[in-house]
Amino acid sequence: MTTLDTDARPAVTTSTLDLVGVSRWYGNVVAVNDVTMQLGSGVTGLLGPNGAGKTTLLHMMAGFLAPSRGTLTLDGESTWRNPGVYRQLGLVSEREAVHSFLTAKEFVLASAKLHRLPDPQAAARRAIELVEMTDAQDRRIGTYSKGMRQRTRVAAALVHDPQVLLLDEPFNGMDPRQRLHMMGLLHSLGDAGRTILFSSHILEEVEQVSGTVQVMVAGRLAASGDFRTIRRLMTNRPHVFAVRSTDDRALAVALMADASVTGVELDKTGLTVRAGDYGAFTRALPKIALARQIRVRQLTPEDESLESVFSYLVEA
Amino acid sequence: MSTVSWITARGLFGRRRFLMLLPLPAVLVLLAVLCRSLGVDPGEWASPVLVGLGLAVVLPVVALIVGTGVLGAEIDDGTVVHILTKPLPRWQIVLPKLAVAAGVSAVTVAVPLYVAGVLADSVRLGLALAAASALGALAYSALFLALSLVTRRPVLLGLVYVLIWEGLLGNFVSGTRVLSIQQWVIALADRMAPTALLSTTVSVPVAVVLIALVSVGFTVLAIDRLRSFSVAGETS
Repeated sequence: MTTLDTDARPAVTTSTLDLVGVSRWYGNVVAVNDVTMQLGSGVTGLLGPNGAGKTTLLHMMAGFLAPSRGTLTLDGESTWRNPGVYRQLGLVSEREAVHSFLTAKEFVLASAKLHRLPDPQAAARRAIELVEMTDAQDRRIGTYSKGMRQRTRVAAALVHDPQVLLLDEPFNGMDPRQRLHMMGLLHSLGDAGRTILFSSHILEEVEQVSGTVQVMVAGRLAASGDFRTIRRLMTNRPHVFAVRSTDDRALAVALMADASVTGVELDKTGLTVRAGDYGAFTRALPKIALARQIRVRQLTPEDESLESVFSYLVEA
Repeated sequence: MSTVSWITARGLFGRRRFLMLLPLPAVLVLLAVLCRSLGVDPGEWASPVLVGLGLAVVLPVVALIVGTGVLGAEIDDGTVVHILTKPLPRWQIVLPKLAVAAGVSAVTVAVPLYVAGVLADSVRLGLALAAASALGALAYSALFLALSLVTRRPVLLGLVYVLIWEGLLGNFVSGTRVLSIQQWVIALADRMAPTALLSTTVSVPVAVVLIALVSVGFTVLAIDRLRSFSVAGETS
C-alpha cells in the first residue's frame, strides 16, 4: 500500500473548519438546521441516513453553497465566493463526473497546473502513485471502471497536498481491495495532520476509518465526537454487556443485587447484562465476582458499535 | 494556451455535439457554389444566402452550440467542479472559455461567409462578412456563455432570442432590430464593403457600441455568476 511520505514534506500546519449555527434551506425545506461544529486534524466521518443533509453540508464547507444562516470558515476565512480557500482545500464530490476525454495523467496534471504548483509534473506523478493509478494513467478516463475514476478524482483533489480534504461517499464503486487502500490513505493523511472529512451512509466504512463521527439526522447534528463516548453519554439507554464466567448462574444472582444492573438474561452461552450506568457496572463487576470467587472469562460491550449508536440516534 | 482553454477546447472537440457545427457552414458554401456555377444573378441569391442563411442562421446557431457548450456542458455533467475547486479568480475561467467559444465560432462561420461573399460579389465583401461575423461571434458567445450561468435551459433561451426576437420580431417590429446582434453584424459588414446586398436600419456607431456593450456586459455578468456558482443541494 502506498503511504503518505510525510518526511519528504514541509511540516504541516493544521487547518480548522468552523461552522457556527449553519443552516441551509430551499424554500420551505430545511436541508441543514443550525449546525455548529469544529473540524481539526484527523479523520472524521460524516454519518447520516439518506436525506440527512450530509451532501448539502459538504457543499457549503467546500464553498459551493452559501449558508442561509450562520457562518462557515476555513482558518477564519469564509469558503463562499472565496476561491483562495482551494489552496488548502480539496474536494471529492459524490457526482463522479470527470473529463472522460482526458487520460488520468492529463487530468491530474491539469489540476496541478491550475493550482499553479511549482513542479506540476512531479506533483501529478506523486498524486497518481498515491492512489495506485500509475499503470493506467495513460488511458482515457472514459475507459475506467467506477473505482478507477474515483481514485483519479482523489488524485486530482490531493495533487496540491491540501490541508483539508472533503470527500462525499468516497468508497462508492470501489472493490474491497481499493476500499482498504483508500481507507489506509485517509488514515495516513489524518495521521500526517490533515483535516479529513468523509461522508458515508455505510456504518462499517465509517467505523473502520474513523472513531470520530459527526452524525446528521434530518438536517440536524445529532451527535459529535468519538462514537464510543457518545454511546456512554446516552444514559437513558441501558448498556448491554455479554459476560462469560465460571459460574454464570451465581454471578447473575449477585449482579441483580447491584444497583447499577437493571436486568440479566441467562442462556446457554452466558449472561446478557443490562446496566444503567456504564462506569458503575464496570467497577462493580470485578468486586462482585471476587467476593463470590467467580472468575470472569469475558466481558464485551454489546451495543457500543457505531451501528447501535447510530440506530439509537436515528430512533431518538 | 492556458490550461482552462486547453481543457475547454479538448472538451469541445471531443464531444459529438461539435459535429453539429459542420453541416450548416457546408450548406452555406454549397449553395453559394451552386448558384455561382449555375450562373444565377447574385442579386437573386446573395441576400437570402449571405444574410438569410449565413448571418441569420449559421452564425447564431453555431455560436449557440459552442457558446453554451464551453461552460454549460460542464455544468450539466458536473465536471465544472474540477475547475472551480482551483484557486483561480473566476475571470481566469470565463475569459479563456469565452476566447475558445468566440474563436471557434468565428472560424467556423467566417470562412464559409468569406467564400460565399467572394462568390457573390468580391473579396472585399468576403472579408467584410468574415470580420463582421467574427465580431458577431464574440457578442453571441458572451451572451450564450452568460445564459448557461443564469438558466438551466440556455439552449432554449438562446433559440428564443435567435428565432423569436431576431428572426420573427426583427422582421415585423422594426424597433427590435436595434437590439439584434444580427443587425449589428449587417451594419458593420455593409460599412466595410458597401453593397446593395446588405441593408439594415441600425447605424454603424450604434452597432459598434452595442456589440462592445453586449460583449463586455455579458462577460462581466458571467464572471459574477460564476463567483456565486452553487451546486444543487441534492442531499443523500
